[in-house]
Amino acid sequence: MSLRIVVCVKYVPDATGDRHFADDLTVDRDDVDGLLSELDEYAVEQALQIAEEADDAEITVLTVGPEDAKDALRKALSMGADKAVHVEDDDLHGSDVMATSLVLAKAVEKTGYDLVICGMASTDGTMGVLPAILAERLGVPQVTLLSEVSVEDGTVKGRRDGDTASEQLEASLPAVVSVTDQSGEARYPSFKGIMAAKKKPVETLELDDLDIDADEVGLEGSWTQVDSAAERPARTAGTIVKDEGEGGKQLAEFLASQKFI
Amino acid sequence: MAEVLVYVDHVDGAVRKPTLELLTLARRIGEPVAVALGAGAEATAATLAEHGAVKVLTADAPEFADYLVVPKVDALQAAHEAVSPAAVLVPSSAEGKEIAARLAVRIGSGIITDAVDLEAGDEGPVATQSAFAASFTTKSRVSKGTPVITVKPNSAPVEAAPAAGAVEALSVSFSEKATGTKVVSRTPRESTGRPELTEAAIVVSGGRGVNGAENFSVIEALADSLGAAVGASRAAVDAGWYPHTNQVGQTGKSVSPQLYIASGISGAIQHRAGMQTSKTIVAINKDAEAPIFDLVDYGVVGDLFQVVPQLTDEIKARKG
Repeated sequence: MSLRIVVCVKYVPDATGDRHFADDLTVDRDDVDGLLSELDEYAVEQALQIAEEADDAEITVLTVGPEDAKDALRKALSMGADKAVHVEDDDLHGSDVMATSLVLAKAVEKTGYDLVICGMASTDGTMGVLPAILAERLGVPQVTLLSEVSVEDGTVKGRRDGDTASEQLEASLPAVVSVTDQSGEARYPSFKGIMAAKKKPVETLELDDLDIDADEVGLEGSWTQVDSAAERPARTAGTIVKDEGEGGKQLAEFLASQKFI
Repeated sequence: MAEVLVYVDHVDGAVRKPTLELLTLARRIGEPVAVALGAGAEATAATLAEHGAVKVLTADAPEFADYLVVPKVDALQAAHEAVSPAAVLVPSSAEGKEIAARLAVRIGSGIITDAVDLEAGDEGPVATQSAFAASFTTKSRVSKGTPVITVKPNSAPVEAAPAAGAVEALSVSFSEKATGTKVVSRTPRESTGRPELTEAAIVVSGGRGVNGAENFSVIEALADSLGAAVGASRAAVDAGWYPHTNQVGQTGKSVSPQLYIASGISGAIQHRAGMQTSKTIVAINKDAEAPIFDLVDYGVVGDLFQVVPQLTDEIKARKG
């Protein structure tokens, strides 16, 4: 039987752009270019490697987001995923992690899965908790923050490098996995891959298709509220000296003046 | 006064510093009730009591070490049911965030992660967070259920505040899901003898300019002269020069020390995200145009292999 892999990806504002908040304190998506979250490329890559090892596998890439989020799906398809699911609904605007994870869980169930793979965190919200929440909602094992992952005979194995220890983990499928940026460089889409991606199916789902009420998601349905967002004041310009042979000593003098020595 | 649950991060009974910072924040909202799990749980009580814990709920079982995350969620949920707290505070470690998030789903609560400050508010605790590589500061609240909030290290001072700290056994029945992910083996990290990166008052980091694993001894020597932790940029980690556990930046640790010294680091957004909130920032870089110099209180344009050893020697001389 085919191994069904669902990769959850996020369309995010480019981290090198001038990111800011919109008037309703959601992430402004209009003034900064969007793209597939860099950390999700690692999830797509590991899905492709697991699929290559399996006799028979199908990779579905899934996102929840505005229309432009299709760009993120296209990128994943051009890397080699087989098909895509896009949950798009105006009522989703402003959803927090609880609301988004509800939508993802329903969409994953509707798609059918043996293995869900996520990146370690998004590059915009940076919470890093969605994979754990997804596992909780789906009621399947959580095998997260892996720097190495493999699947064999219905078992997922991986290495989780934590602050105090490195752990070898093991769980039976179905399961939710997340991979770190240490799991291996993501491949670049080939020209052939980019051309092929244009013909791959992208299914669009709305909240109705997932039996989710509008009041369970969006700004109103979220369980957290942002009251204010303020730009951090620019750091005041510091002293910059050119090393003419005494740079280390000058720096020591500065550190002493600040009582660090 | 309302009780506030504080999840205790400890290693065999030795309480890690961020937990003590959480107790400081918890006291702003109510009476801290600590939850300590696993081997050595009861040994945490004395330290927790000194810092304000009125009660310490403890549980130990092999499941906490043998299976990932879920047994701890079961225990924290049991504590939540027993106490009905005004908030649940958890240290923002990788595991802490996952425990908090799963608890929040179960008890129907919103979650805020990576708070850098916490104040009592009319409608519940108000959390301060840094957003977009720390270029914005937001204030947020949990609007449904018991607020579950994870807090970053160095977000509050550690304060002595003696309290009863009475140990009570927490009764935990593990869910069917608790044994879903087995920890087959665990290899503890070797201690370097240096401070923990996220907790250190001073961090000295090296980047691409260090140009080789063997050259990191220059960075380490400076760190040791200051009693500092050692960090590395993603470029240095990706090149294999320094371990990933020491990476500072978006996909590594985010640090907020009193003093951050960046050596041979250009200051790309990926790195700035992890260190921009440091109190004082110092940089040494060959390239006068490097973006890191936009952040610094003091910068030296020069060869780090000249400047850093001279700085190290000068610090040693001054410290006698």
